[in-house]
Amino acid sequence: MDVELRGITKRFGPVVANDAINLHIRAGEVLGLLGENGAGKSTMMNILSGLYTPDEGEILIDGKSVTFEDPGDGIAAGIGMVHQHFMLVPVFTVAENVVLGVEPTGRFDYLDLKTARKQVREINDRYGLEVDPDALIESLPVGIQQRVEILKVLFRSADVIILDEPTAVLTPQEVEDFFEIVRSLRDAGKAIVFITHKLHEILEISDRISVLRHGRITGEGDPAKLTTETLAEMMVGRPVSFTVDKAAPKAGAPMLTVSDLCLLDEHDDFALDHVSLQVRSGEVVGIAGVQGNGQTELVEALTGLTRPATGTILFDGQDVTRSSVRERHRMGMAHVPEDRLRSGMIASFSVAENMVLNSYYDPTYGRGLEIDWPKAQTTAARYCIDFDVRTPSVFLPAGHLSGGNQQKMVVARELERETKLVIASQPTRGLDVGSIEYIHERLIEARDEGDGVLIVSSELDEIMGLSDRILVMFEGRIVAEFDATNGPVDRNAVGLAMAGASE
Amino acid sequence: MTAAPTQTQSETMDTGKARQARITGAVLIALSILVLFVFGMDSSGDATFRLSRPTDPWALPNLVVPAGPFNYVAGALLAFLGVRQFLQGGGRWTALSLGVGLAILVMAFLVWATAGKAFSLTGMLQATMVRAVPIALGGLAGVLCERVAVVNIAIEGMLLAGAFTGALIGSLLGGWGGLVAAVIVGGAFGFILAALVVTYRMDQIIAGVVINLFVLGLTSYVSSQVFSEYRFLNNAPVFRAYKIPLLGDLPVIGPMLFKQNLFVYGALILVALSTYYLFFTRSGLRARAVGEHPHAADTLGINVYRTRYLHVTLGGMVAGFGGAWFTLGSVGRFDENMTGGRGFIGLAAMIFGRWHPVGALAAALVFGFADSLQQKLALLRTPIPSDFLAMSPYIATIIVVAGFIGKAQPPAANGKPYVKE
Repeated sequence: MDVELRGITKRFGPVVANDAINLHIRAGEVLGLLGENGAGKSTMMNILSGLYTPDEGEILIDGKSVTFEDPGDGIAAGIGMVHQHFMLVPVFTVAENVVLGVEPTGRFDYLDLKTARKQVREINDRYGLEVDPDALIESLPVGIQQRVEILKVLFRSADVIILDEPTAVLTPQEVEDFFEIVRSLRDAGKAIVFITHKLHEILEISDRISVLRHGRITGEGDPAKLTTETLAEMMVGRPVSFTVDKAAPKAGAPMLTVSDLCLLDEHDDFALDHVSLQVRSGEVVGIAGVQGNGQTELVEALTGLTRPATGTILFDGQDVTRSSVRERHRMGMAHVPEDRLRSGMIASFSVAENMVLNSYYDPTYGRGLEIDWPKAQTTAARYCIDFDVRTPSVFLPAGHLSGGNQQKMVVARELERETKLVIASQPTRGLDVGSIEYIHERLIEARDEGDGVLIVSSELDEIMGLSDRILVMFEGRIVAEFDATNGPVDRNAVGLAMAGASE
Repeated sequence: MTAAPTQTQSETMDTGKARQARITGAVLIALSILVLFVFGMDSSGDATFRLSRPTDPWALPNLVVPAGPFNYVAGALLAFLGVRQFLQGGGRWTALSLGVGLAILVMAFLVWATAGKAFSLTGMLQATMVRAVPIALGGLAGVLCERVAVVNIAIEGMLLAGAFTGALIGSLLGGWGGLVAAVIVGGAFGFILAALVVTYRMDQIIAGVVINLFVLGLTSYVSSQVFSEYRFLNNAPVFRAYKIPLLGDLPVIGPMLFKQNLFVYGALILVALSTYYLFFTRSGLRARAVGEHPHAADTLGINVYRTRYLHVTLGGMVAGFGGAWFTLGSVGRFDENMTGGRGFIGLAAMIFGRWHPVGALAAALVFGFADSLQQKLALLRTPIPSDFLAMSPYIATIIVVAGFIGKAQPPAANGKPYVKE
């Protein structure tokens, strides 16, 4: 099946998310679609799957013009989408999730799960997916959940399969397995659209590449003739350096010493399992690992948001295991939280208000019961300049800023103080390349000024680029440590450790 | 590492389950002390429980229990269960022991209260069933709404509207007309709630409270201003009990299940139907998907809004039917605020019953039991004010809702409006 987009335009208010896009998707081919967050990739695919209707342009399937008015139309036309955030019901089984919406039924609307299971097994066997149809989704690892998403699409006999940032949640080894599946689908004659912002992945898997920037197609080509550098330039619009420039670390005294930290989750399993680590001043320690292996809990325990079951945390020579968040903060601990919208900022507060969220109680701003707003605004304006936060005014609600500027605002607030230790969790998630470069520079700068820096990220490239030492977390434990001061670390070894293979 | 810190570790690493087991153990031992030293010491003579009336075709003999010995045994059993919790508690034994312990407590209490007197057990079970009906139907209405992630606080108002409509239309058109009207009015309020929270994305709790206050105000006004003047408008026929042949003659369960009125049979049938619907049909699967992950349902072509409208309206109709019980199923006339919070208790039954129709019915039976026990105790003249007993199911609800006995999981999207992109 061939699908062609002709002059597709989609506007959200004044924002043009897709601007006259032309794209051709062919059967038996993997089309790589590259672009930064906010470039319009997801909008385009939502149009193709029928979730959005375009303002202009047309969609042709095998040469015939079609219009999609709701998600059912896209499915009916044979276009299936695997969303970046899985669309699975956690308390349903695999079979229930796969058949949802197109269920086999008997008399009296009876849900025929027996047939459903059989059909799921058939697809399983045909494409080598190996998923147990009776397993509950919430009990499955993300790699398998993704296969369930693919099962869903195949069950609806889709010929065009759109994969939106499919590797974001996978370990490097899971990515390899996943690519095998993608190739077998392609060889079975499916048309695959592979959306990503990861350059080396798109070069590896695609048969053809289109690059999207600011809602427009800015480049197309054959992966054999392209390099990561040329692709990056197409994606960002200027040459990009991927290596973080940094001098050798001058590691000093221990700034953070964690010993035997344990934390239990609600099922009384170990969320943190005897974690011990040290961060010295003047070094960057990176914690690699697939999301959900205890990184969030570790950061919460270190910053005082949760109290560990056992273990001690020494910060700058003092035992802070039982100290409050504010005490740690005052001692010079900076925290860039993993989800800025949830815990890094208040979207409806102005930029100025957000900038003093961690210091409003300080005598600098506090006048008895009042806050010295003019002073806070002046400070906020200065922070905005220092950290390149692009906002027309400090009175603008922070929610109106772009993701990159929001994150720079959070980083500014945390670093523009006397800090000794910076804990940054997913510091560049979902940001554009420019903002990523900027935040990385600032973190290295903090290191060079003598801070200890602890970075938690599920992007292996980020960890590899920034860290002087790399720790790998798996199932709540630190399972491996790599020293990056004497030459680069073996990426494959880190990947294996992330999958828990090093034991 | 030396041995000492390891030991402190194992002490501080206290798991939630172990703590639960210990608390349960302490509660059971406290209950055993209560049973042994209050009920046991104070019991004298025999407790006589009547199981059948002499006129019944298959009459069972009376159950005669020596009160003192029974309660000593009950206390010893409770103590055993409590100590067992400390020695090897945890896991599923915790919930089971607590359940068994509470059942023993209720029996011991009944034996103590009845000591030296006679008491109709069958009569109380029959009353339990009757009193459970509005609670079960309220709970079922809640299950239907919350399974599609709409919190329905307005069940109380829908019950009241059903009761009022049943009385008014029942007086004019007869029982069946009143019943149909009550169901329609309940459904209408369900539809209004759906419109407020689904289409206009009003806060679900506030929308529910608004409906409750509106219905309370309107029905109270009409009943005090109009019904007092025109009494024929508030004089509806009552659906009498209908004995199912043969089954109705069975001892104990016959009077409880098969010698009841339309509302009891209706509630049982609705519970069975909605269990089949929610868990064994295509539409039920889709409805639950809407409650758990509406966005996923939407991407699969399931209309989230329509599903929510449909189920909230259905929930309203069930509540309207339950409301008619108050008038057409028992007294035939409407009184101000005659539902008296049964809708809220229905919501508690829904949570207690873990968002399952059968669970809601079971929980409603527990509430109905306490309710009828309170009534009967007034007859037995126990030293404990019956009001305290009437409070006990709500204390149990608080414990359950607070998540003491395992966490009850509501549908994941419960209470959240769905915004289509």
